[in-house]
Amino acid sequence: MAVSLALTVNGKPVSAEVDPRTLLVDLLRNTLGLTGTHVGCDTAQCGACTVHLDGKAVKACNVLALQAQGGNVLTIEGLATNGALHPMQAAFKDCHGLQCGFCTPGMVMSALDLVARHPDADEQTIREQLEGNLCRCTGYHNIVKAVRQGAAAMAK
Amino acid sequence: MGANETGYIGQAVKRKEDARFLTGTGQYTDDVSLPRQTHAYFLRSPHAHAKIRGIDTTKAKQAPGVVAVYTGADLEGVNGLPCGWLITSVDGTPMNEPPHPVLAKGKVRYVGDAVAMVVAETRDQAKDAAEQIDVDYDVQPAVVNVVAALEPGAPQIHDEAPGNKCYTWSIGDKAATDAAFAKATHVTKLDLVNNRLIPNAIEPRAAVASYSAADEAYTLYVTSQNPHVERLLMTAFVLGLPEHKVRVIAPDVGGGFGSKIYLYPEETAMVWAAKRVGRPIKWAAERSESFLADAHGRDHVTHAELALDASAKFLALRVHTTAAMGAYLSTFASCIPTILYATLLAGQYTTPAIHCEVVAAFTNTAPVDAYRGAGRPEATYVVERIVHQAGVELGIPQDEIRRRNFIREFPYQTPVALVYDTGGYDATLDDANKAADVKGFAARKAEAAKRGKLRGLGYAAYIEACGIAPSNVAGALGARAGLFEAGEVRVHPTGSITVFTGSHSHGQGHETTFAQVVATRLGIPVENVDVVHGDTGRVLFGMGTYGSRSLAVGGTAIVKALDKIVAKGKKIAAHLLEAAETDIEFKDGRFTVAGTDRSKAFGEIALAAYVPHNYPLDKLEPGLNETAFYDPTNFTFPAGTHICEVEIDPDTGAVDVVKFTASDDFGNIINPMIVEGQVHGGLAQGIGQALLENCVYDADSGQLLTGSYMDYALPRADDLPSFRVSTQVTPCTHNPLGVKGCGEAGAIGAPAALMNAVHDALSAVGVNRFDMPASPHRVWQAIQSAKASA
Repeated sequence: MAVSLALTVNGKPVSAEVDPRTLLVDLLRNTLGLTGTHVGCDTAQCGACTVHLDGKAVKACNVLALQAQGGNVLTIEGLATNGALHPMQAAFKDCHGLQCGFCTPGMVMSALDLVARHPDADEQTIREQLEGNLCRCTGYHNIVKAVRQGAAAMAK
Repeated sequence: MGANETGYIGQAVKRKEDARFLTGTGQYTDDVSLPRQTHAYFLRSPHAHAKIRGIDTTKAKQAPGVVAVYTGADLEGVNGLPCGWLITSVDGTPMNEPPHPVLAKGKVRYVGDAVAMVVAETRDQAKDAAEQIDVDYDVQPAVVNVVAALEPGAPQIHDEAPGNKCYTWSIGDKAATDAAFAKATHVTKLDLVNNRLIPNAIEPRAAVASYSAADEAYTLYVTSQNPHVERLLMTAFVLGLPEHKVRVIAPDVGGGFGSKIYLYPEETAMVWAAKRVGRPIKWAAERSESFLADAHGRDHVTHAELALDASAKFLALRVHTTAAMGAYLSTFASCIPTILYATLLAGQYTTPAIHCEVVAAFTNTAPVDAYRGAGRPEATYVVERIVHQAGVELGIPQDEIRRRNFIREFPYQTPVALVYDTGGYDATLDDANKAADVKGFAARKAEAAKRGKLRGLGYAAYIEACGIAPSNVAGALGARAGLFEAGEVRVHPTGSITVFTGSHSHGQGHETTFAQVVATRLGIPVENVDVVHGDTGRVLFGMGTYGSRSLAVGGTAIVKALDKIVAKGKKIAAHLLEAAETDIEFKDGRFTVAGTDRSKAFGEIALAAYVPHNYPLDKLEPGLNETAFYDPTNFTFPAGTHICEVEIDPDTGAVDVVKFTASDDFGNIINPMIVEGQVHGGLAQGIGQALLENCVYDADSGQLLTGSYMDYALPRADDLPSFRVSTQVTPCTHNPLGVKGCGEAGAIGAPAALMNAVHDALSAVGVNRFDMPASPHRVWQAIQSAKASA
């Protein structure tokens, strides 16, 4: 039984016929081909699938596509403008805040949500706020650095 | 960033690969979708040990969307998965090597053992249909603990391995060791458990297999650290396919840490089935499958004894280790607790006599294989924990007891087979001491005590052997594969470069580091160099990435190819400049006639090679494309000192890592930013092992109790401190880059440093022996037990 779904993804209207049990992450990856959002644990524990739904970070493996009905979704593919990296993306590159890159899209989307809520976050706050995003490569050291640098660049 | 005198060497060049990873345009295996693809789901054993009386797939085959269902019985003519290293027991017999079927045949041996593969139109349909498979299990008693597996009467896991034994192996001179113990003035004894870990790359394993009937060829996209090895093992040993008809592509891979080295059942079954189904098949593991069925790491039980003389010089080390192999021998399982472990037991010290015996046994658990460090963290843990304990028993400061025993003359032949080419252990110890402000520790400890906290300091002066080599020596030790690396430098007509390497990057940044090496050697901008890896259809050959080998071995293969490029370039330049070849010098991207201003730029030579109008065609082939294979003459020996400072709350058992300092010697460094990142990541995994992570199976049922991120504590951002890392340099003497490798150091040094710090802190409350992980409830329990027995 397919259900009609219409929403905005990265500023563009999209519509699809989906099985009601379809997860938001599967809609993004499989239906829309936006494979930048990754599935690391399928249980809302690793954060690799983090996207913004109506301005707030959500774990897309734990949200039904239908819950985004009429909503506004922002994914990693929607951050750069005209080929220029978003300041947070640039900070991750500058600080070597990524290695294998698999957790990176979720990490960047979480970082943006974090900065929106805590524009002047100190190291401890950043570490606590990133608790929902697992990285196995970096030891978080440079991710924390990148979030601080990205936040500062966004404030300018 | 421009090239200076040393070009890009030593420069923190920002990573070329980051642009795609940061914009969501990387291509990981699960991002690959092929036309008409089907989806696979693997039905796994819910039992740790059971006979299979029968499997009824009738209902599953009729379920909606199902294309095919396969069980072990269908895989006729398919061999078991091979083990790549033959260990010979002390009695001269080869290790017991029971079959490792792709899909279970007659028996399941661990929770997660693959029993059937369902192929359907969608993943959900495959999963739903798997529930319709009726497996008639006759459940058997299981054993998950490696020591228990060797006890008389333990459940028998394989007919081919009586008593569950895989091998008993030893290294070193037992008589000399015994003699040294006989004259010792002090003997320190220690029992240690090296806890089992689950690797947990954040990208779960995945594969997409397809078959083209027209050209009888297969393509496999797979999360692999070594696609050529994967292809070789799969085609030659398991499926009996011609190698040239199978292309293996490991695209962007989301972390490996060892767990993606191995040939696994899933992709093997998928390649086999792709031809039968006639459509592409896709599979991506769910995280619970990763916990159950990725190869795990560590799982050693060790007794060690250190003999010392009156001046605290180490006279001998005696070690007995029992190592778990899990239910089947994974690809390199057998060499981890032997060749990559016991050979490192000299550490940084002059201990003249060492003897180590290793008993490896099967258990009803996931297979155990290399995990970041692979044997070397276990060795460092033994050496550095017992040195710590000896220092405590003799009342000698921890840095001092290490200094008294450091190796200072190189090359140094250890009593456990290795020859260290170079090192500088005082330098890293002194550097770490300063950076960690060890002098100020007593004051910090006193201040912490006022707040009711226990503060401890721990050292680990580790060594590792990387870039495993040479092939003939490894072969004599049982390796069934070569350990060289291949590289190709393709100069395009306009002078830009594509480099093909047999190593594989899954986070290490090869696309940048290798480009820095090439750009520097050829004197061209780093932007003009791209690096290709991970595709047997494009890269000539390769052994892949593991054991911190990529730059030392893979980088050297590229340097050798570059030497050939320059040599040929000189011939072309000599012709164009009408000079003798011996008079041509190559520097900063220009071929110059020595002592003159007559020169040709690298790009001009490249163009001449491909548009050979004015060219010595009678003597020289056109084109500028060179390949090289490099087989190292020795291991490399990164080493360093890690110092960990912890503060423990005795009321809760919570351990706070307040400071972690690492001073490492990786030889020459190409990109310090990437090296630091590698150290950070290694430290996080080492600290994870010591502080948080622990794989637990239920002793009776054999069920995995730590099968999710709610139960298996992977380090999160607020579990870890910021790290203080630095490097000292003694260049490797036997590769042209002078590099040693840096990928595993953090995971090797950190567990011992952290646990020594924990022991230092807990000594104040009478805790003497404590195994990893130092999680709050375990620390609290240890404190309570010590109180109760005080």
